[in-house]
Amino acid sequence: MKSGDEKRTAQALVGELRQLCAQSPKTLRFMEVCGTHTMAIAESGLKSLFPENLRLVSGPGCPVCVTEKRFIDHALALGREHGACLVTFGDLIRVPGSNGSLATHRSEGGRVRVVYSPMDTIAVAREEAPRPTVFLGVGFETTSPTIAATVKTALSLGIDNLYVLPAFKTIHPPLRVLAGKEDLHGFLLPGHVSAIIGSRCYAYLSEQFGKSGAVAGFEPLDILLALRDLVRSVVDGPPAIVNAYKRVVRDEGNPAAREILFEVFQPSDASWRGLGLIPGSGLAFREKYARFDASVHLPVEVPDAEDDPRCRCAAILTGSMTPDKCGLFGRVCTPEDPVGPCMVSSEGTCAAYYKYGIG
Amino acid sequence: MDDKRRILLGHGGGGRLTGKLIRETILPKLDRGKLASLPDSAVISGLGDTIAYTTDSFTVSPIFFPGGNIGSLSVHGTCNDLSCALARPAFLSVGMILEEGFPVEDLERILASMAGAADEAGVEIVTGDTKVVPKGSADQVFINTSGIGRVDVSAGPSDMARIEEGDEILVSGPVGNHGMAVMLSRAEFSFDFELESDSASVWPMVERLCELGPGLKFVRDPTRGGLAATLNEIAASTTKGVRIDESTIPLDGSVVAASEMLGIDPLQAANEGKIVAVVSKGLGSRALELLKDLTLARGAAIIGEVVSKDPSRVIMTTRIGGSRVLSEPSGELLPRIC
Repeated sequence: MKSGDEKRTAQALVGELRQLCAQSPKTLRFMEVCGTHTMAIAESGLKSLFPENLRLVSGPGCPVCVTEKRFIDHALALGREHGACLVTFGDLIRVPGSNGSLATHRSEGGRVRVVYSPMDTIAVAREEAPRPTVFLGVGFETTSPTIAATVKTALSLGIDNLYVLPAFKTIHPPLRVLAGKEDLHGFLLPGHVSAIIGSRCYAYLSEQFGKSGAVAGFEPLDILLALRDLVRSVVDGPPAIVNAYKRVVRDEGNPAAREILFEVFQPSDASWRGLGLIPGSGLAFREKYARFDASVHLPVEVPDAEDDPRCRCAAILTGSMTPDKCGLFGRVCTPEDPVGPCMVSSEGTCAAYYKYGIG
Repeated sequence: MDDKRRILLGHGGGGRLTGKLIRETILPKLDRGKLASLPDSAVISGLGDTIAYTTDSFTVSPIFFPGGNIGSLSVHGTCNDLSCALARPAFLSVGMILEEGFPVEDLERILASMAGAADEAGVEIVTGDTKVVPKGSADQVFINTSGIGRVDVSAGPSDMARIEEGDEILVSGPVGNHGMAVMLSRAEFSFDFELESDSASVWPMVERLCELGPGLKFVRDPTRGGLAATLNEIAASTTKGVRIDESTIPLDGSVVAASEMLGIDPLQAANEGKIVAVVSKGLGSRALELLKDLTLARGAAIIGEVVSKDPSRVIMTTRIGGSRVLSEPSGELLPRIC
């Protein structure tokens, strides 16, 4: 689309949004669940176009942000005590653990490799053999099927030095927790995750909680379109789930990807930074693939890790507070010297505020 | 954390961490009066002509990348620092640190491309030095070049202190190509993009712009940290606001595609054949006219202006008409997770 067309379409959608919001006497509060949306919204300056009574708060959909500090400690212990090569997506590199990050581990001579596709871990494991090679398994349903496929491939190729340290999360359990919040009127639902899990599966939001939801793509116009649908279903009723990203997301999602995912993994309890333990919100290896579990096969002692009590990531991850209200933001906590992962992840809410200005 | 005394990769990224290292660690030791303002070149009088004198070190990885190599880059980099002082590059020195076991054939390729780049830029390599260090003490080859250039005193001078409200900001062509091409040629990425570094000497463009005389206020080659770092430097140092329009910033389609894939902002990616110029209000179109028939300046555009609003900040009008801050990059460029 030409830039001029895009601008005109955006203006038209913003006009509709303003009209709809004008019909609501109260402030309308929505949550964008996904960190990629948080970034896209900030990058395009969308909030500068919103009517006064429309608020968009960020949710727990940044995988790095909801990963506990202890996970970084665990990874570093694998590097230090087992000489493991740590394989990761770039986002985790500067996330602080209790005592250093992957970046400082690397500067001390530790082996850390950044990959773009989990499948690249197979080539890394071959190069590093016999050194144990551990993929740091952070991510939602977007990422976990490709890791499941990597593990299946490694099994068939007989690669025996490849492991995964699992800290995967699934999106429905925390959404159920957040759907109960009275001050939230609906959700901008994640586009990438929904490509795997579909849009139909969110029906409980409207049926049980009376909340609306709209699955959105990541271009500014995708987001505006979904927001318009979302506001309309709240203002005009009844609460509903809308798929505003039909060119990518099917109602039933991608059953083949889910099949691979659940062949390798099964639901387990998981601990979320900011939200605590949520039953059934994680993924654990099934028995057939258990030998890939680094937490079992490369034993290390990892003490519990406390977050800095001044860090307000928990409130920010649940949409209860904006980053600029945190006492550490921009002063003690910066992308160069982050206190919490929300400041350093490329999808983190604090990083978005810091990089693109207060929205 | 007690790791603060270690040098991290982020210290070389051109962002705030680099600034801190320079201000707090390097300047107190080395500054004797001229270094502290951190110009692209130190301009010295008293040698007949007014001359510019600069130095730069090159540690690019990989050493060969689409569109160039560490050799051509080390010539362009120093020539461009001279050019930003409105100095026609004249003489270069070259210092090389080679790792034991480095193939002579590769060295020959690098030297050939240095010679080619120097001939093309009209600069002569007049002195040099070579050291060899044990395997593991350096990564293949590091190069330092110093350069001297004759300053065109009829124009400029290129000085951020001369920038005023209303001045127009132009960029000489599509940004991000060099940084993105180097990033993509790193071994860990298996993407196949048609993308080449734009590494080149920018003097032919600066020479044209010198015709604006004092109306040419400031020139910078947006290397590490890219366009975003240069614009933020202008805003911070002038304490004026910089307002730019995203839809006017030239970007090649392949750079946009690669940046989306890698999650790296092309406005924060390095360039080595582009300039950002600040010219007096009303001279923007004349500047574009001067650059019009130069292949090197394909896609040159006025991207914004210096304003009184939002002091010390760069505010960008986005493609859809919203507005947001364009911040300087922090430390190491990171790829994204999903």
